[in-house]
Order: sequence, then structure tokens, then C-alpha cells
Amino acid sequence: MHPKPDQYQELRDALRDLCKHYPDAYFRGIDAEGTYPEAFIDSLTEAGWLAAMIPQEYGGSGLGLTEASVIMEEVNRNGGNAGACHGQMYNMGTLLRHGSEAQKQAYLPRIASGELRLQSMAVTEPTTGTDTTKLRTTAVRKGDRYVINGQKVWISRVQHSDMMILLARTTPLADVQRRSDGMSVFLVDLHEAMGNGLSAQPIRNMVNHETNELFFDDLEIPEDNLIGEEGRGFKYILDGLNAERTLIAAECIGDAWWFLNKVVDYTSERTVFDRPIAQNQGVQFPIARSYVNTEAANLMRFRACELYDRNEHCGAEANMAKLLAADTSWEAANVCLQYHGGFGFAHEYDVERKFRETRLYQVAPVSTNLVLSYVAEHVLGLPRSF
Amino acid sequence: MKILVPVKRVVDYNVKVRVKADGSGVETANVKMSMNPFDEIAVEEAVRLKEKGVAEEVVVVSMGVSQCQETIRTALAMGGDRGILVETDDELEPLAVAKMLKGLAEKESPDMVILGKQAIDDDANQTGQMFAALMGWGQGTFASEVDIQDGSIQVTREIDGGAETVKLKLPAVVTTDLRLNEPRYAKLPNIMKAKKKQLDTLSPADLGVDTTPRLKTVKVAEPPKRQGGIKVADVAELVDKLKNEAKVI
Repeated sequence: MHPKPDQYQELRDALRDLCKHYPDAYFRGIDAEGTYPEAFIDSLTEAGWLAAMIPQEYGGSGLGLTEASVIMEEVNRNGGNAGACHGQMYNMGTLLRHGSEAQKQAYLPRIASGELRLQSMAVTEPTTGTDTTKLRTTAVRKGDRYVINGQKVWISRVQHSDMMILLARTTPLADVQRRSDGMSVFLVDLHEAMGNGLSAQPIRNMVNHETNELFFDDLEIPEDNLIGEEGRGFKYILDGLNAERTLIAAECIGDAWWFLNKVVDYTSERTVFDRPIAQNQGVQFPIARSYVNTEAANLMRFRACELYDRNEHCGAEANMAKLLAADTSWEAANVCLQYHGGFGFAHEYDVERKFRETRLYQVAPVSTNLVLSYVAEHVLGLPRSF
Repeated sequence: MKILVPVKRVVDYNVKVRVKADGSGVETANVKMSMNPFDEIAVEEAVRLKEKGVAEEVVVVSMGVSQCQETIRTALAMGGDRGILVETDDELEPLAVAKMLKGLAEKESPDMVILGKQAIDDDANQTGQMFAALMGWGQGTFASEVDIQDGSIQVTREIDGGAETVKLKLPAVVTTDLRLNEPRYAKLPNIMKAKKKQLDTLSPADLGVDTTPRLKTVKVAEPPKRQGGIKVADVAELVDKLKNEAKVI
């Protein structure tokens, strides 16, 4: 079974023990009902897995993005979908890296215990996707509060969060020197905000992913909820995006292992014309190719993790890891579906569910073309296209 | 009270075991190893007794190659306090293990030793009993329930006819059966803590035990491949085949 044992085997074994309690049928049922895997996420939380990156002094395990990525990989490798919970792993990073000591004391221990779920990050808007600096949601200071107005879209896990990270413009675009200035990050208490200036509209979608449209209408939040300095929020968010992309790369690697294990087992057993179909090189080679690509993408994923954990720039590596891993999981998904034939389309084989789930990562959290654009302009220094 | 929990590193129960080409044993190279599931139940029971305040210390011991440390760490992540490995590359038979356990019991003076009723690799089902005999202690084997009372343990045993309850004076030996409990899965913070817990290493010589095997393995072979069955048309044909072909009635 892949991946092969590595230095994180102890974590992998412990996670597989936990995941054994949540077999494919569990996730199939959650998908069919369009519900949230509460019991599974509760087990992960209770066993401390989602607090891996929170320092020990705040109640977590003080591990790096590398170990966190192994956790997410294993969730997907064992048939689950870490998209339901990866926000809890990395969103607190904004608070940890840029919050005040008082904010960290107030929230991190409760996030570590799972009492507070900080699973959402509200950046994307209907009219400004990746063009983040043009976002229109504003935060205007009024006494000791900020008043928020605007709209966000594709904001995940809001229905299963207590707190949310919000990026809003505090200084109008026209008044800043650099367009990345003038945005600020806030912590929003969702229980207080809902119905008091914030409303959420769930968006039904191709995969069972809980995501929403958010409307801010004079939502007031205390000034204490500003994270870091006013106007520097965009930089804070970028760190979080690199963590998110790298974790999602690991999830794609986990998906790829799942598809590869599944297709190797199936094609070795499925007998047509008196021999297993895997005996045909026409079947073997695409599977082998997919394996090679997965191993390669996995190296870039660990490279991105390593840089992030050393606090070095990892924008290029995080983006490249996400692109390669998403491509390889999609390739593995196609191979797996193809060689399952008609059975691949049957819900009970779980291939179609994982196929839909992993397809998302060609698009989210940053689309393949925008990764290429990043590499072209920021790594290769080609002329800017936008 | 102090509890000693011996654990064995075995081929993981999910692995399809393969016999070595020369018939000398089963393949263990590049095979996933983990804690014997019955021993996991023993660790769980000991940790529960500690959580209830009945036990003060849970000492986990293992014997074998240096990788047995991983097995001990797994038990420490479940809640064991410290570990001891008797390290040797030799093949260990139940009697040698029981003798080494005796050496450890004399050093550690536990009030109870709880271990799996058997290991899933050799299915010997001997170590607990041999150890109890060497110590002259009472034994409650195949336990499905353990109840610590003042100076004694009440053990409900799974026997052929149902359940038997015995009362043992402490110190005593308990071997675990499947229904005793369901082991917990390790939590991340406890895995991290387990890395820092004390783990001492001894050698069989430190305990004065000669581990030379007394048995010789003649042959290890795969079970015969299962033959396909047949369908019979009616009861008469079935009876005829049972009588004349299978000759069982």
C-alpha cells in the first residue's frame, strides 16, 4: 500500500487507526445526504490532530506544516476529504503569526481544544477573485469599532465555524501608494455577527463541500478584533494562502495514493479473457505513469513544507506543489475511473465521489492558470499580463 | 499499584502473511509490524486502571529487536508511563520470554502483570501461564472482565462453556481476551509526550536468561489452496455425496 513508510509513519499509523472507524461507507453516506462529517471531524479534533501546528504553550502539539500536511494527506488517503476541516489547521496561523499576545491567549487554547472552530477565511468576492487588491468589502472605523460592508463568495465551512478571518479594505484603493496596502485582517465572531449585519447563503455544488455567499450590511466588530497593524492585512493573508496551498497539495497526494491503491487492487483482480486486466501493458502504463508523477509531485510538496517551516519564502514552491499535486491526483482519478469501467460510476465503489472531490483542486483555492501566471511573472520575470 | 504490561511486536493483522521461499518461517522483511492486538487490549486495561486511580504506574515491556521500541512508544502514547526493552536479535520462545519477565518482575515488583492471551504470529498462548508458574502467582487467563478489589483481583474468564469468575490474590497475572475492552486510538499530544518518556534497554544477559531456542522449526508451509465447491440438485444427492464421496456420515 502506498505511500511507502517514511519518518512520519508513527503519525500515519495513528491516523489510520482513527480513520478505520470511518470506512468508505461513512463518507459515501455523508456525500449522499449532503451533510457534514461531524463525527469524523469531532474524532480528529478530540485526538488533537487539527491542533498540530498550534504551539504547545497554547495547547497544541507545536508541529510544522510538514507534519500537518501528513495529517491532511492521510485523511484523503484513507477515503475522507480534508476539505471539511483543513481550515482549522491553517487559519489560526494568521492569528499565531500576526496576532497580539492577548489575542493568542484568548483564542488559541480554545481553538486547540476544538471548543472554537476557526475554519473560515473570507477573502474572495464576486467581482474580485484573484484580483484581491480590488476587493470592495470595506471596514470603516467608528469609535472603538469597525463597520463592515460588502460581499464575499465561496467562503467555506462558515456553517461549521465559530470564528472567521476576514480581509477588508480599511483605506480606499485611491489613497494608497501600493495597491496591496490599506487592507486589514479581522477576526469575526460568527455567532455574534449572524443576523446582526452578516448573513450567509449556502451554495450547493458539485461536491459535498460546505461553501457560502456572505453579505455584510453594517456589521460592527470591536477594534480588538483587528489582527496586527491596520493596512497590512494583505501580507498576513499571503502566509496563510501558502500554508493552504501546501496542505491542499498534500491532500491531492493523499487522493492520488487512494486512486492508485484502488486501481492497482481492482485491475489485479478483475479478470477478462481469462487474465487480470492489469496484465495488459495498455492498462499498466497509465497507472505506472500516474505513480511516477505522484512521487515527483510529492517531492515538491515536501520542499514547500520545508521552506514554510523554516520561515523562508515559499510562494513559488507552494504554488508549484499545488499545481503538480492537483494535476497528478486528477490524472490518477481518471486512470482509476477508466479501469473500473462502469463500476467506477457506481457510488458503492467510491471512485466517482473521490473523482468529483479531487477535481475541485484544478480550480480551488487558486486555479491552475493563475499558478502558471505566478510562475511566469514572479519566478521567470516575464512581462506582467495583469 | 504498579502494573507491568508485556507487549509483542508482530506482523500487522492486516498484512497477508507470506511464507519464506525456503520454508523456514514467514516473510517479515518490508512487512508492516505493529503491536499484538491482544497486548493492545492489555495496555488499554492498564491505562484505564490508572485513569480510575487504581494504578499509579504502568510499565510497558517488550523483548526482541531494537524496532520493538516503536511498539513500546505506541503503548506509551496510549498512556503507559515508561518502557523497558530487552533487546536481542535472537528468536524468542515463550519460555525464554517468561523467564525474562520473571527477571523484570523481580526488579520492578509489580502488583499485576497483564498481557495478551496469545500473540497473533505464533498463537502459542503460553507466555502468561509459564510466567505465572515461574513466579508462583495466581493467573486469570482469557479475561473478559477485570475488577480490582482490596488486595485481590476478580477476573471473569472466557471458557468453552461460558464465563468463569475467579478471584486471585495480588500479585497476579492476567491475560486478555477480545471482549475485555476496545483499545483507544492514540492522540497526537500523547504521541508527542510519549517520545519524551523514559525507555530503558537491557539485554537477556542482564536478566541472566539464556534465550537459546529449545524447539526446532521443521517446516512452515502455506495452507492448501481452497478448492471450489459444487452445487447439488437435491437433498438426496447431498446425502449420497456426504456418505460415499466425503465419507463423513
